[in-house]
Order: sequence, then C-alpha cells, then structure tokens
Amino acid sequence: MAQSLFQKVWNAHAVRTLANGQTQLLIGTHLIHEVTSPQAFGMLRDLGLKVAMPHRTFATVDHIVPTDQFAEPYRDPLAQAMMDELRRNCAQFGITFFDRSTGRQGIVHIVGPEQGITQPGTTIACGDSHTSTHGAFGAIAFGIGTSQVRDVLATQTMALAPLKVRRIEVNGRLRPGVYAKDVILHIIRVLGVNGGTGYAYEYAGNIFDGFSMEERMTVCNMSIEGGARVGYVNPDETTFAYLKGRPYSPKGEAWDKAVALWKSYASDPGCAYDDVFRIDAADIAPTVTWGINPGQGISINESIPDPRNAGAPDEKASIEEALAYMKLKPGAPIKGTRIDVAFLGSCTNGRLSDFREVARFVKGRKVAAGVKAIAVPGSQIVALQCEKEGIDKVLSEAGFEWRAAGCSMCLAMNPDKLIGDQICASSSNRNFKGRQGSITGRTILMSPLMVAAAAVTGQVADAREVFSLNN
Amino acid sequence: MSLAKISSVSGRAVAVPGNDIDTDRIIPARFMKCVTFDGLGEFLFYDVRKNADGSDRSHPLNDPRFKGATILLSGANFGCGSSREHAPQAIQKYGFKAIVAENFAEIFFGNCTTLGMPCLSAKREDIAILSAAVEANPGIEVTLDLVKQEIRFGGQRISATLRDSARDALVNGRWDAIGELLEGRNAVAVRARTLPYLAA
Ligand code: SF4
Repeated sequence: MAQSLFQKVWNAHAVRTLANGQTQLLIGTHLIHEVTSPQAFGMLRDLGLKVAMPHRTFATVDHIVPTDQFAEPYRDPLAQAMMDELRRNCAQFGITFFDRSTGRQGIVHIVGPEQGITQPGTTIACGDSHTSTHGAFGAIAFGIGTSQVRDVLATQTMALAPLKVRRIEVNGRLRPGVYAKDVILHIIRVLGVNGGTGYAYEYAGNIFDGFSMEERMTVCNMSIEGGARVGYVNPDETTFAYLKGRPYSPKGEAWDKAVALWKSYASDPGCAYDDVFRIDAADIAPTVTWGINPGQGISINESIPDPRNAGAPDEKASIEEALAYMKLKPGAPIKGTRIDVAFLGSCTNGRLSDFREVARFVKGRKVAAGVKAIAVPGSQIVALQCEKEGIDKVLSEAGFEWRAAGCSMCLAMNPDKLIGDQICASSSNRNFKGRQGSITGRTILMSPLMVAAAAVTGQVADAREVFSLNN
Repeated sequence: MSLAKISSVSGRAVAVPGNDIDTDRIIPARFMKCVTFDGLGEFLFYDVRKNADGSDRSHPLNDPRFKGATILLSGANFGCGSSREHAPQAIQKYGFKAIVAENFAEIFFGNCTTLGMPCLSAKREDIAILSAAVEANPGIEVTLDLVKQEIRFGGQRISATLRDSARDALVNGRWDAIGELLEGRNAVAVRARTLPYLAA
C-alpha cells in the first residue's frame, strides 16, 4: 500500500506497542544542548541508569553562550554553570560535544545538518521545539520535554502516539522579494497557530522542490509555530547533494546504499493523507507580524488589524491584547513603524544563505541612526564561511555588529536582550511577550532581507522598494 | 517503578484566564538558567505576577482567596510555544496537581502527562461556569474525575475529556514511561540492527 514518508519512517523505527497503546519508538539521533539536558542527566543519575547509545547523542551549546565573549568564565555565573554541567555530563557519559573549542559549535538545529548528522529516513529528537527543522531532510524530528530527554538517553526510545499527516502544497511562482520565511509565516497565518496540532506537516509542491536545503529548513523550523510538532520535506537530489561529503555522512559504497535507502523513504505517489492544503505561491507577499504570536501576521502593505472589524469576540480580545502590548495603532499601516533593534540570526535564519542575501543588498548602505543592528551567525562554521566571503566586513561596514555563534537575541538566556519597550525587527521565530529579554520588549518577525530593509531605513519597510527588487 | 494511579484530583481551583498562554509566559526564559528544576515554582507566571521591583501585581495567583489552589483553569491552546519542561515543572512545583483548559499545545500536554499532572479539556462555556463558581466561592471543592471524564463542584457537573492514551496512563499508574521503555531493551536492540545508520 502506498505510504507517506511519515508512516514509513515511523514503521521502520517502531519497536513495540506499549500498554497504553502508544508506540515505543526508536530514536536514531538524539541532539542535546545545555538548557534542557542537565535535569535529564540528573534524573538518570537518580535512577542509576546509563546512556543506552552514547554514540547516537550529540551535544552543542547555544542558548546561553555570550556572543561577544569567548573566554571563560562567562560574566554570568549561571551561564558558566550550565556550560560546565554539559561538559561534565558529556565527559561522564561518553557523548560527543561540539564545544566552542572544536570550531563546530552552533545552534543545535544548524549543527546537526552541517555535520551530516541529520539524515533522511531517520528519527531525531531534541529537547527543543524547533527540532522540526531537521525534517527538511526527510527525517521525522520531534521536539521533546526533559523527561523524554531522559527516556531517550536511558533507552534510545520514547513513548509516542503516531501523528496524522497534512500535506501542504505550495505551487506556482514566488514573487521577487518573497522568501522561505514569508512562505511559513503565510502558512501559519492561514492555518493558525494551533492548526497543526496532532499533525505532521509534509511540505510539497514545486516551490519546495526548487528550494535549497536552507530554505526548506527555514520552513520546517517554524512548523511548531503552526502547532505541528513535526514538519518535513521528502528527500531528493537537493538533499543528497547537501549531505555528500559532510563529516557524519556515509562514505564510499555506504553512501550509494544510503542514497538508495533514503529515496525509498519518500512518500509514495498516491498515498493517503489525513488532509491536503494547497497554496498559490503568487498569493504570498513579504510578511511581517504585528502581534504577540507568529500567526498574527500581515503582508507588508496591509494595515494593522482593527479589533472593531474582528469576527468572533475572542478574536477581538486577542487583537486588543496584542495591540496594547505592541503599542500599535489599529488600522494604521505596519509599514513605517519605527524600530530600535535589528536582529539577524537564529535557527530559522542564521545560515550562510541568509547572510549572503543580506550582504548582497546592504553593501554600501548604512544602518539608520539610532538603530542597534546585530548579525549573529548560527554556527561557527557559518561564521567562518561568512568571514571567508567577506560578508562580515560588508555587514560591519554597514553598521551591523558581527557576533559569535549562538541563539543570541532569539530569546533571553544570554546577554543579548531588548531593553524596555524597544521594537526589534527580527529574523527569529517567536514574537511572544517578553521573548527577547525585556518584559515590555516588542518583536516583529520577518525575513532576513526585510530585517535589513528595516535596519537601513529605521522602520518596517518593504525590502522590494528599499533594495529596488523588481516586483 | 511503581507510580501512583491517578483516577481523580480534588482540591480548590484558580482561574488564570486567557487564550494562547505560552510557555514563555508560564516561565520566562531567564529563569531557565538552572541545572535542576527545584525552586522553579516561585517563578511561575513571574512577569505577569510581579512588577520590575519584585512587588506583586494584580494576578489570580497573588489573590489570597486562591492560595493553596491545586487545580489551574485556563483558556484555549494553553502551553503553546517552547518544548521546555520547565513550564509544567514550574506549575507542578508551585503546587498544582492538574490543569483544565479548552485545549492544550501538544508537547506541553505530553510533558504534563509524563509528570502525572492531568490536563483535561472542557468546553469554554463549561470552564466559564466552573470559573464563576470558584470566583463566587474560592473554597469550593472541585473534583476532576478522569474515569468518568467529568468535573464536579458544588452539586454541579460538567464534562471534560482526556485523550485515551493519557487517561489510561494516568489511571493505571503508567504515566511515566521509563519503566516500560527499559523493559523493551532487547526489542530495541533487534530493531536497531535493521537500520543501517544504527547498525554501524
Ligand atoms: S535560535 Fe531561538 S528558537 Fe532556535 S534554538 Fe535558539 S533559542 Fe531556540
């Protein structure tokens, strides 16, 4: 019977059915970082358990690392304690740790693919909701809680019920200035922030076929913002070309065998889906958020919603709450909203292609007076590649601070934070209240090029106009 | 490992109304800089409960009438956002034993279940009735019956649902899967050998 990739990978990793009807699912690859693993190792010690397959767990450090300080101890003793704890746990249990000294450190969802650890047809888990990123390779990748991190460490499995599968097809042509980030912001806007609950999203259509791995990762990354725990793209030649020659990719004869197997995992034509949703690529515009969840997005030329036009009372209340927090005027254009900070980076848009694209357009331009602009590569390898290509210079000359790899201003666990009610044009993935480190700080999500446009104009702007892209 | 069989939860309740209450709201990220979960309870809803100087803001959890409540009532899509178990841990460490909301974000729901903290879904109108009863009489005893899938309070009853797998796990004391997962050790090794990337 024709099957989807989700079903095939699930079946290949299902160990047995548990008493409560859930499946004991083998997790081939486990990624860990400093925030959600120490408690799990603590539980492991309390129970007197060992790590079942230490060679299948890989660690990096990302959330708490300062991006302007390399030498330890860090200024924040709590950050240093978390760093030390991760080192101790990896050493004690025999786990590979991409520490900063290895030159391979970075945001966990950037490191996995970069190292060739993320592979098609595998199951991946990580104590981080953006683990869905790895689905770009045709893996089934779950964000999990700390107790499940413990389960995976102790047994290399976890208890889970299968998901339904919704195929989201985007076909047609994207207009100039419309990026993968806009595609996913549009999908979330249309299907809602919890539209994906209970589903794995299979992204397909000629837009995804034509996307690079980096673009696919940007979309899969934010599946969770649409409520879908898992998002994936079927593996194809683009996937294989990306993986070839990476440190953990199969070599020689094993490579050919692996590719043949990987191909077999792709969804069969004509397989059944629980739901299919189609989007015309031409309907997608550069999209920005105006509110306090990623579903509160509009295209750059639309006005900020007015609660008086809201349908349900619920919707009215949520618009009012968002506008009160964002201090934005109902009915006003979003374009022209003054910004204080521009942030380029995160596991959504902190890859080489993102910085290349920005550098191409900001070359010779200047960040507007009064705007603090920071560019934070997602990994040390991204940083090095950018430096080789002179991208760091272009960005620094434009007035961006070029930082060291980490999560940085995506969330408030390191020194990069908003102050007071600053507004940040951000290439990250979450605009929740207080997300960027100040309890009154405001976030507007957008694509990296839109962040660049905001940085050079000092306001939310249409990158197509600012950089004269042909519309 | 023998775990408690949780077929009902009884206690006083408190409503923290609102939809899409995300994990950043439940426990702001800066309090996640810790290597154990101990002590997280005091930071529950911190940024909406406290002023910048640490003094209390008006919030249901600061209202003395609701002190000691063990059942948390809220709106739709509760627990959305990050997968951080710090959020359910903070709720549990604060003293809550169960949550009732219209519905829950997926990962959050699973995390709570694994901690033995039932998450029951009820209709919005019914939560409103329950919240009103609690508001009128904060000392009212509320009982969540996982088996009958209903909530009883002051002579009233409303229905509440809990998906089968979670209900079964809680009622039968299997909410923490680790014991059963460990028992599957041999089957895991057999399965791993069929997958080239794990066999190597
Ligand atoms: S960049 Fe942001 S979303 Fe991604 S892992 Fe880091 S904190 Fe999480």
